Amino acid sequence: MNLNSFLLMRHELILIAVVLLYLASEIIGGGKNKRFSLNFAVVLFLAVTIIGFLPISTGTMFGGMYQTSPAIILMKNILNAGAFIVFLQVVSWLKKEENDNRIMEFFILIVSTLIGMNYMISAGDFLMFYLGLELATIPMAALAAYQVYNLKSAEAGIKLLLLAALSSGIMLFGISMLYGASESLYFTDLIRTMEMNSMTVLALVFIFSGLAFKISIVPFHFWTADVYEGAPMSVTSYMSVISKASAAFVLMSLLFTVFAQLKEIWTPILYITSVLTMTLGNLFAIRQRNIKRFMAFSSIAQAGFIFLGIISGTQMGMSTVIYFLAIYIFSNLAVFGVAGAIYNQTGKELIDDYAGLYKTNPALTLVMTFGLFSLAGIPPIAGFFGKFFLFTAAMESGFLWLTVIAVLNTIISLYYYLLIVKAMYITPNESPIAFFRSDFYMKMGLILATIGILVIGFIGGIHHYIYNLSFGIL
Amino acid sequence: MIDGIGLQEILIVSTIMFFLGIYGFFTRKNLITILMSIELILNSVNINFVAFNKYLYPNLMQGHFFSLFVIAIAAAEAAVAIAIIIDLFRNIKTIDVEKVSSMKN
Repeated sequence: MNLNSFLLMRHELILIAVVLLYLASEIIGGGKNKRFSLNFAVVLFLAVTIIGFLPISTGTMFGGMYQTSPAIILMKNILNAGAFIVFLQVVSWLKKEENDNRIMEFFILIVSTLIGMNYMISAGDFLMFYLGLELATIPMAALAAYQVYNLKSAEAGIKLLLLAALSSGIMLFGISMLYGASESLYFTDLIRTMEMNSMTVLALVFIFSGLAFKISIVPFHFWTADVYEGAPMSVTSYMSVISKASAAFVLMSLLFTVFAQLKEIWTPILYITSVLTMTLGNLFAIRQRNIKRFMAFSSIAQAGFIFLGIISGTQMGMSTVIYFLAIYIFSNLAVFGVAGAIYNQTGKELIDDYAGLYKTNPALTLVMTFGLFSLAGIPPIAGFFGKFFLFTAAMESGFLWLTVIAVLNTIISLYYYLLIVKAMYITPNESPIAFFRSDFYMKMGLILATIGILVIGFIGGIHHYIYNLSFGIL
Repeated sequence: MIDGIGLQEILIVSTIMFFLGIYGFFTRKNLITILMSIELILNSVNINFVAFNKYLYPNLMQGHFFSLFVIAIAAAEAAVAIAIIIDLFRNIKTIDVEKVSSMKN
C-alpha cells in the first residue's frame, strides 16, 4: 500500500477537506457575512458533487477494512447529488434571522453525516461499519435539535439520539455474537466461514433489527413520525432521503454478501416486515394532517417497497433497489422542497393549508404534483418504473403473493397522495397561500429535483447501466 | 482465569445486563436513567467482545479494539445526549419523558 492507494477514498477525503474548509471560513470570517457563507457552502459542495462523478479506480484498503466497487461509487454519487439539492433548498431557511451565527454549523454537521454514510457503505469490516454508522447518526441528532429554543426540535433530537443509541446497541450485541461464532469481523472472512448455527442466526436477527431502526421498518418505526415532525423541515428531508437510502443500501449489501448463507432465515423476516411496513405505513399516512408526519408515514411505506427488491436476492433486485432509491431521493426532495418553501414563507405545514395553491402558485404546485405522482407510481413519471422493476424482481424470484400485496398497497397509497393533489387543484379556499417568489437557490433545487424525476424515468439506459454494476447472491 | 468461571458464565452475565438495559430503556421515566440503560447495553457488548477474545481467540486483538471503540463512541453519544437534555431542561424545567411529548397526532 502506498500513498496513491489513498485516492480510493477520494469521496471521503474530499468531504473531510470540505468540513475543514467550512470550519476555517467560519473562524476567519467569523460568520459575519451571511451571504458569503451561504454562497461559499453551496458552491463548494457543487464542486464536490461534480468531482465525485469523475472516473475513479476501485479496490480495497487497510487490509480489507475499506472497499469500493462501481455500485458503491454510484451510490455515493447519488447521495452527494441528493445532499446538494438539500443544500440548495435550505438556503432560504438559513437566511432567516433566527439562524444567524450558526449557518456554517448546519453545513458542517450535514457533511459530517455524509462522511459517516460514505464510510458505512464502503466498509469491509464491522468495526468500520459501526464507526460510519455512528458518525452518520450522532451529528444527525444534533441537526434535529438545531432550533435550540424550540421545544419540538429538542424533543426530536433526544428521541432520535436515544433510539439510535438503543438500535446500535442491539446491533453491536449481534456483532459480538458474530465475532464469537466466526473469529473475524472482516466481510471477506465472514463470507467464507459463515455457516448456519444458533449464534449466527441470533447475530443476523440483532443486526437486522439495528438497521431496521434506521430505515424505519415497522416494528421499529415509532420514532419516525415524532422526529420528522419536530426536526426542522430541511433536516427532515435530509433524514428521510439520504440517511434512509444509505442504510437501505448497506442492509442490502450485508444480506447479499455476509449473510448470503442464511438466505432461508432472512427471506421470511423480510417478507413479514415488508408486508407489515407497507400496510401500516399506508394506513397511518391516510389520517395525517401535518405534511411532515404525512411524509414520515409515506417514507415508511416506501421502505417496505424497497424490501421487495432485496428479498429477491438477484442482480435484478440489487440494481432495482439502487434505481428505486435514486428516484425516491429526487421525488421526496421535490415534495419536501415545495413544503419547505411554503413553510419558510408562511409558517404553514398542514395539508389543509395547501387548498387552492394552484391558483396562486402554479409552478410550486406543478413540482409538488410531479413529486407526489412519482412517489405514488403513476406511469409516465420515474416512480412508476421504479415500482415496476421492483415488482418484476420480486415476481422473477417467485414471490407472487408479496407482489400482489404490494400492488394493493400501491393503490392505497395512490389515494392519499392524490388527496394532496386534490387539495391543491380542486378544493375551494377563501384565503389560499398568497403568491410569493422563491429565491434563486430554491428554484434551482426544485428544478434539479424535477429534472431528476423526469430524466431517470425517461432515459431507459440508466437502469441497464446500474444493472451492469450490480451483483446478486452468488 | 479464575477456576470454575468459564465463557458460559460470563456470557450469562452479559446477556442479563443486555436485557436489563433494554428493560430499563423502556420503563424508566428520567432521561438520564434512560441514558444509563443504554450504557448497560453497550457495556454488556464490551464484556462479550473481551470474553470471546480471551477464551476463544487469545491470539487475536480485534475484540479488544472493538470494545475500545465502543467505549469512545458511547462517550461521544452521551455528550450529545446530555447537551440536548440540558437544552430540554431549559425549555420545560423537567427531564421526565412523559412531559417530553408535545407531539401527538
